[in-house]
Amino acid sequence: MITIISNEILGKNSTSSKRADGRASDELRPFKIEAGVLQRADGSAYLELGGNKVIVAVYGPRELHIRRLMQPDRAVLRCRYNMAPFSVDDRKRPGPDRRSVEISKITSEALMPAVFLEKFPRSTIDVFIEVLEAEGGTRCAGITAASVALADAGVPMHDLVVACAAGKSEGEVVVDLSEVEDKNGEADVPVAIIPRTGEITLLQSDGNLTPEEFEKALNLAIDGCMKLSEAQKEAIIRRYGD
Amino acid sequence: MIKMGVTIIPEIIRESLNNLVKNGERPDDRSFDDYRDIYLETGVISKAEGSARIKIGKTQIMVGAKPQIGEPFSDTPNVGVLMTNSELIPMASPDFEPGPPDERSVELARVTDRCMREAGVIDLEKLCIIEGKKVWMIFLDLHIIDYDGNLMDAAVLGSMAALMDTKIPEAKVVDDEVVIDPEKKVPLPIKEKALMCTFAKIGGELIVDPSLEEEQVMDTRISIGMRADGSICAMQKGGIHPLNKDEILKAVERTGEITKKLMEHLPQNNQ
Amino acid sequence: MIFIEDKQMVIPGDVLADKEYQSGRGTFKEDDKICSSLVGLVAVRDKKISVIPLQSKYIPKRGDVVIGEITDIRFSMWNLDINSPYSGILPASDVFGKEKRDLNKAFNVGDVLFLRVVDVDEVKKVKLGLKGRGLGKFRDGILIYITPTKVPRLIGKKGSMINMIKDETKCEVVVGQNGVVWVKGDPSMERVAEKVINMIEEQAHTSGLTDRVRNMLFELLGKEIPEKEEKPEATEEAADEEEENG
Repeated sequence: MITIISNEILGKNSTSSKRADGRASDELRPFKIEAGVLQRADGSAYLELGGNKVIVAVYGPRELHIRRLMQPDRAVLRCRYNMAPFSVDDRKRPGPDRRSVEISKITSEALMPAVFLEKFPRSTIDVFIEVLEAEGGTRCAGITAASVALADAGVPMHDLVVACAAGKSEGEVVVDLSEVEDKNGEADVPVAIIPRTGEITLLQSDGNLTPEEFEKALNLAIDGCMKLSEAQKEAIIRRYGD
Repeated sequence: MIKMGVTIIPEIIRESLNNLVKNGERPDDRSFDDYRDIYLETGVISKAEGSARIKIGKTQIMVGAKPQIGEPFSDTPNVGVLMTNSELIPMASPDFEPGPPDERSVELARVTDRCMREAGVIDLEKLCIIEGKKVWMIFLDLHIIDYDGNLMDAAVLGSMAALMDTKIPEAKVVDDEVVIDPEKKVPLPIKEKALMCTFAKIGGELIVDPSLEEEQVMDTRISIGMRADGSICAMQKGGIHPLNKDEILKAVERTGEITKKLMEHLPQNNQ
Repeated sequence: MIFIEDKQMVIPGDVLADKEYQSGRGTFKEDDKICSSLVGLVAVRDKKISVIPLQSKYIPKRGDVVIGEITDIRFSMWNLDINSPYSGILPASDVFGKEKRDLNKAFNVGDVLFLRVVDVDEVKKVKLGLKGRGLGKFRDGILIYITPTKVPRLIGKKGSMINMIKDETKCEVVVGQNGVVWVKGDPSMERVAEKVINMIEEQAHTSGLTDRVRNMLFELLGKEIPEKEEKPEATEEAADEEEENG
């Protein structure tokens, strides 16, 4: 069941914040995750983070029909990040663009280290990320939801990869940039981690930061990941709970 | 549970379903005129000026409507434009491939578009801003996220609901220039309601709202678009087997009653 | 040290125990810890910890019996879909011996067969065979698909669950280890069996299942639900799981 979080409940706890929506610098937007939301897919998940709405389907491991992609000793993990035409203010033309191709690539690379690909040689695991509504930070939202969908599909993994961004907006280093903060912001650093080990599986940086600011952003992003990690686990448990 | 990744239907499944329907039954105990459970929610995407999430059984479509200002077609200089696009994204079924819309996807979009357009759902003349120069174009995007049969009826019901939910900014003409007031939103001028009802022919019978299981073994399919007053606004036969005249006329007859019930799922008032 | 309880639900990355314990199926070792790699239920047997997944794909193993569907006819073999990331082949020689015959005279695309996995080689080529009791082509009936790891639950302790379904519905039931189930009987009884099997699929991870399956069967068949049996259901249930997980 998809319900809509209204953005009005944002930032109740921090009146002194300089952020556009009143959040504290280490405060995430409200979020929720649900597992097993689709019938046909082997695994699926739905995630809302602020105004972002992302749904992910996983198919596989399944037979790979394209021989040149086949790996003799492991499965391939293919990701497709796609934005619905109505997900943004100005209608997006359907189909892949350069941005979504790049995000697809780094998403599969972010997830791969956690998956036991060697258990399914010559097969494929397909991850389809659909952004139904975008409000800044969709690539991280996609990765976080994708891990839940992979677990839901019964794909063996070391851990659930989780992603969160931090960045610099209005001169302040803050976590989980909203669309407004991102557009007027100075920098954006999306990060994905394997929570149990702390290893980083995705890192990008777009904008200017001093080394000190970068470190602060990285720490804020990792803190954000840990909060989302709990919600991932709860979503899976809830799927099978009584 | 549906088997993944298979397009060839086991012969024994085809036989058992045909026999079941011949006996007057369906796999999920529905009668021949029953829809599966319908769930409809509007206003689900804040970034879209109109939106709906429609579920018929486990089939699920997100519909978004977005207005843009553009030029009218030269043969209709004083009417707005409705553009319908659909994507059978690979999320929805193991059989859907990434890539440009295939023929199933294009058929779905065009049939939905015809049903809305020919019924005159939107008063397109009211979408004209400057005759011959500027009109509102409404982009209706169907995002199919879970395919469990009968996309046509779900697409039309979802589209109808999304259009009824749509609010466009007020556009004024000042010194031959279009001025948009994003703060002032007005509902899309809806002047008619139309829905679609699809029958699958299995075991010599026509059954409404085929599930995927039923679609996979059906001989043929007929979709009938009907306005609230019972007049027909669109039709589409699909599938490789023929239908006879009697079957088609009977389907039309049944559509009247079924569509009336289906209309109850739409929001009562769009103002 | 063990950090979880038997039958507890775990998810990938959960730390289950330290090095005193052995890492079984569905788990992996990292440093000195045993961790879960799956969403599933923990099974502790002596010092060995496994995780029985709630969702999984069928990976063919030599000796398994599976239900497959013919998807293609080739020069000297049939291709079969066995509800797995790996498709199977049935060599013509397995059916005709050395005789040269038209393959589609024996089996056609869309036919459903009960087969044995004869061999799985290094490149995941799955060779199937029909030699054995009860193997061959199915006629009539319906197919139901369940998660392969739930097959033991559907069968139950010494076949108790499946036999109850067979007895009550008077249907023939064949369960492939690949999660495909064939049911044949009176068409209305086939649908009853289908509903019950789908319920087992959904609730395989819960306890008290045998009871609920019996009640559901009786309800669907319009029979009176008998008073609770004297034997406490909980112990039977535990015994069921014991066998399945072992």
